Amino acid sequence: MATPIPLRFMEAQARNYRRIWRASAFSNFLNPVLYLTAMGIGLGTLVDAGGNTAAFGGLAYLEWLAPGLLAATGFLSGAGEGAFPVMAGTKWLKTWHSVLNTPVGPSDITAGVLLWISVRLLMVCGIYGVVLLLFGIGTPGGVALAVLPSAYAGLAVAAPMAAFAANLEDDTGLSTMFRFGVVPMFLFSGTFFPISQFPEWIQPAAWLTPLWHGVELARGMSLGMETVFPMWLSFGYLTLWLAVGAWLADLAIRARLVT
Amino acid sequence: MPAPLVAARGLTKKFGDFTAVDHIDFEIQPGEVYGFLGPNGAGKSSTMRMIGATSPIDAGELTVFGLDPREQGRQIRARLGVVPQEDQLDGELPVHDNLYIYGRYFDLKRSEILPRIDELLEFAQLEEKRKAKVEMLSGGMKRRLTIARALINQPELVILDEPTTGLDPQARHILWDRLYRLKQEGVTLIITTHYMDEAEQLCDRLCVMDRGRIVAEGTPRQLIEEHSHREVLEMRFPVGAQADVLPRLAGVAPRQEELADRVLLYVDDADAAMGEVSRRGLVPEATVVRRSTLEDVFLRLTGRTLVD
Repeated sequence: MATPIPLRFMEAQARNYRRIWRASAFSNFLNPVLYLTAMGIGLGTLVDAGGNTAAFGGLAYLEWLAPGLLAATGFLSGAGEGAFPVMAGTKWLKTWHSVLNTPVGPSDITAGVLLWISVRLLMVCGIYGVVLLLFGIGTPGGVALAVLPSAYAGLAVAAPMAAFAANLEDDTGLSTMFRFGVVPMFLFSGTFFPISQFPEWIQPAAWLTPLWHGVELARGMSLGMETVFPMWLSFGYLTLWLAVGAWLADLAIRARLVT
Repeated sequence: MPAPLVAARGLTKKFGDFTAVDHIDFEIQPGEVYGFLGPNGAGKSSTMRMIGATSPIDAGELTVFGLDPREQGRQIRARLGVVPQEDQLDGELPVHDNLYIYGRYFDLKRSEILPRIDELLEFAQLEEKRKAKVEMLSGGMKRRLTIARALINQPELVILDEPTTGLDPQARHILWDRLYRLKQEGVTLIITTHYMDEAEQLCDRLCVMDRGRIVAEGTPRQLIEEHSHREVLEMRFPVGAQADVLPRLAGVAPRQEELADRVLLYVDDADAAMGEVSRRGLVPEATVVRRSTLEDVFLRLTGRTLVD
């Protein structure tokens, strides 16, 4: 039986990844070790000493932080995995142009790259989950329930990011997007502190970000914390980002490759 | 006569207001080497990409293997080999992996690809570079690898867009030799080039393209006979003297072309023409007698040289 065409492109991404998998897996492992040490043990002891545990649902800061960090990692990885392969394939190496000379078409490329990003995000978040367990945070079941929505939040941002990258003429727009879009979202979506710290009128701004919904889902599913919206609504919102993003990515990648 | 492998009628490609390919007609028969000769911007690459079913057709009809690229692009591409103008190889991957990954796009099985890669590395004279990163290869090697990549699916038709542009003469000759071998194996080749020697060496039949149109078509021999004289007398005069000399050459040759640095006389007998020139008391600094080439045909048809 013939292999579905998007899977052929996904396989190529995977083969490409084999070249760098050791360095990549190591950094995926080291990143949470550093964050959990700095944020949890360094900052967390001070926060816990403040005695204001109500803001963290009565949990120790590190326990409260962990699912949020996981979602933020999925989000950051999704932004990077969405942007860089598209830049390389359409602009830096231009290898995607030659792919079109095979039975693989532009939509197969978009679908294949998003499938591969899903696998990568599950890897990144999965490794993060293992590190959490090594730090003695959470239970295997609870961590697994945080990994899934975190990877999904990553995919929800990877798709529009791929569209954005395909539309760019050069690299400068990419650093602007990371500096003014991705990093502020990373900081202000309830990962490191509850958005209830902000004045009430500004809080709905956070509701618009996919990361905030990812954080809500990760905490809600793994810690059983109460969420602002029903969880299906947050999943639906992420699905909207994914669907619109994938549609835009398909249009942008096609426009970039087919002339 | 067998059905043509590729047939175009009124084929047209536009980019906004610019018409890159302007209602061209051609037919390419199985087993032949067909060339598109023309300067940069003549519309050759756009034509190749439409034949390769990767670029939308704006008007006219095109069939490849009897299939319609608008509807059956995937089926066409599965049977085609394409050597694009830019290599578009993955420089960070080894030679072997570039071929393997490309083979998988055609859904070839591992057991099919591995022996095929051995054959192709031998064909491309790259056996020793199997594990080398592509970015470490020379320009000629990359080009041969790109051709090997295009052959992974054992295509019936191979499209080569300027296969030797940018290569040194030795690398070009190696490449031509490989293309001859393909032709002998019965593979149909379509080649674009702006090198007339390449077109003469390789092509059974060719067309001359200029500004999106086909201005002449035939075998290299036919084109030269129809559009040029047998011999060319090239004369170089001292700097600044050429303008004064021109009126005194009137009537020596049936056709005369003035280039920036020399005068070309198109004649059937160059020796006789040379005699006439010296009888008129003209002494060129340098003289070359040669046979007419496709370059002369191109100059005749378009009033311009191929390589500026």
